[in-house]
Amino acid sequence: MKFLNVILMSEINLSVNLCGIQLSNPTILASGILGTTKALLKRVAENGAGAVTIKSISIEPREGHKNPTVITFEAGMLNAVGYSNPGVAAAAREFTDLQDVGVPVIASVIGTQKEDFVQVVEGLSAQKFSAIEIPLSCPHTPGFGLLAGQGTPQATFDITFAVRKVTKLPIFVKLSPNIPEICTIAKAAEDAGADAITAVNSMGPGMIINVEAQKPILSFKVGGVTGDALRPIAVRCVYDLYKAIKIPIIGVGGISTGRHAIEMMMAGASALGVGTGVYSRGIDVFRKVCEEIRLWMQENGFNSIKDIVGAAHD
Amino acid sequence: MQHMIEQPVMVKICDILEESPSVKTFFFKLNPSYEPGQFVMVWIPLLDEKPFTLSYIQEGLIGISVLRRGAFTNALHSKKAGDMIGIRGPYGRGFNLHTHSDICAVGGGIGMASLATLVDRLNLVSEKRQGTTTIIQGARTAAEILYQKRFGNMKLCTDDGTAGFKGTTVDLLRDLLTKQHFQKVYACGPERMLYKVVRLCKEHGVECEASLERYIKCGFGVCGQCDCSGQRVCIDGPVFNTEELSRMDDFGRITITKTGERVIHS
Repeated sequence: MKFLNVILMSEINLSVNLCGIQLSNPTILASGILGTTKALLKRVAENGAGAVTIKSISIEPREGHKNPTVITFEAGMLNAVGYSNPGVAAAAREFTDLQDVGVPVIASVIGTQKEDFVQVVEGLSAQKFSAIEIPLSCPHTPGFGLLAGQGTPQATFDITFAVRKVTKLPIFVKLSPNIPEICTIAKAAEDAGADAITAVNSMGPGMIINVEAQKPILSFKVGGVTGDALRPIAVRCVYDLYKAIKIPIIGVGGISTGRHAIEMMMAGASALGVGTGVYSRGIDVFRKVCEEIRLWMQENGFNSIKDIVGAAHD
Repeated sequence: MQHMIEQPVMVKICDILEESPSVKTFFFKLNPSYEPGQFVMVWIPLLDEKPFTLSYIQEGLIGISVLRRGAFTNALHSKKAGDMIGIRGPYGRGFNLHTHSDICAVGGGIGMASLATLVDRLNLVSEKRQGTTTIIQGARTAAEILYQKRFGNMKLCTDDGTAGFKGTTVDLLRDLLTKQHFQKVYACGPERMLYKVVRLCKEHGVECEASLERYIKCGFGVCGQCDCSGQRVCIDGPVFNTEELSRMDDFGRITITKTGERVIHS
């Protein structure tokens, strides 16, 4: 008799405990969006994110691909930024005193081989990051992710295991939606000591051609697809992963409204990455999504996030 | 919300104007509504894409003034009328028009381009306009002065003294502020200049708006490349007012490189 179950807004609790990290709400700024400076992380936190992720850091500075690197289309965004980042030494200088940000900060770490991941994690170890995310799934940067063969169960195990040995922080392994055996890879990460799976990275790569120029728009020609187009695929990946692994899942892919967030949590996500939503709804997408989650919970008789997680399963 | 072009459209360059030995203006036809101070992303397929402020906004005709300073602008300068370029935008928040005020526009170098449309727009509403418009333009040398025919009565300064006052726009403005009161100063140019202009205006109690420049990638506020103290120059700016700038510690001090590293402004 749900309609009798009157929930006051003040009783609704959006807080989430993710691998021991206390979040005031399940929304997390996804890696690659706005995470270039501490000032921007702080701004995103002020706009309601429960946690934030920095833009991925490699050992050496990288300029990334030439422009155009990011374009939008009717159903989302296509990007091939190419992991531009200032390198681990400059990143360690930028991300000091992270308590100023106001919410937990997740370090995204990339490398061309497992030793690189270790070196970057160690290089950032003096900073107060709350977790390490290792994306093994970028579809558009030579030397990294899928283009470096990191999306196999063996490579995933090896890299995760190597990072596990050098940090006590929770490790989130970010996976590609492209690979049919995503659950096998997730299990490899789990076996190697990962604390959570971030599902999913951008899909594809895809391509958009300007027909008058008769050329692909992105300078790298192809790029990862995100936003609305990715959401049903991300939801399915999270649904499958929820059955296959025991560690929590951070659902990412096309979340820009409260309903999207609820859907992803019902598939099995304990927390939610938001990226392209910053474009479609503005930098305060986090606050908007949280308000919409809250309203939905009130209308539907839920007062805790954990009652929603996995609700779509039989 | 005004109409905005999300993916580049290919437009034909219909006219090219040589503004100075190093600056050319490229005209093309586009209809979306633009505000002074906004910018477009210009795409040369297979080469690169860069932001340019609009320097002419006329009925159905848009112009960008391009200073030759690197591979991309060299390529643009070699374009002929009839050639195609890709345009998306407009992006960003432009100048806040004060039609009832005495205003001063301070342009340094190619920064004059974004102020030009502001002055045009103020002239366009001249029947409603009650205040006066003063333009200060600074350039390295006489030949580099922009829009001399377009705006008759500019106060000029050059580094070498070959035109107008020998000195900087900041010197000229400082002198002017002791003689004349403005309700608003608009500025665009090198960030060091902008910093000094804003500080000077603060001392005189004059509200200021300055247009900043950063390396821009997406243009619509997601990539974080153009950060200035938590403000995204591409979407929160490029124009910021005195109050906003006073909260931006990086303004005048720190810029951000292609890799995303925050470095001391040169």
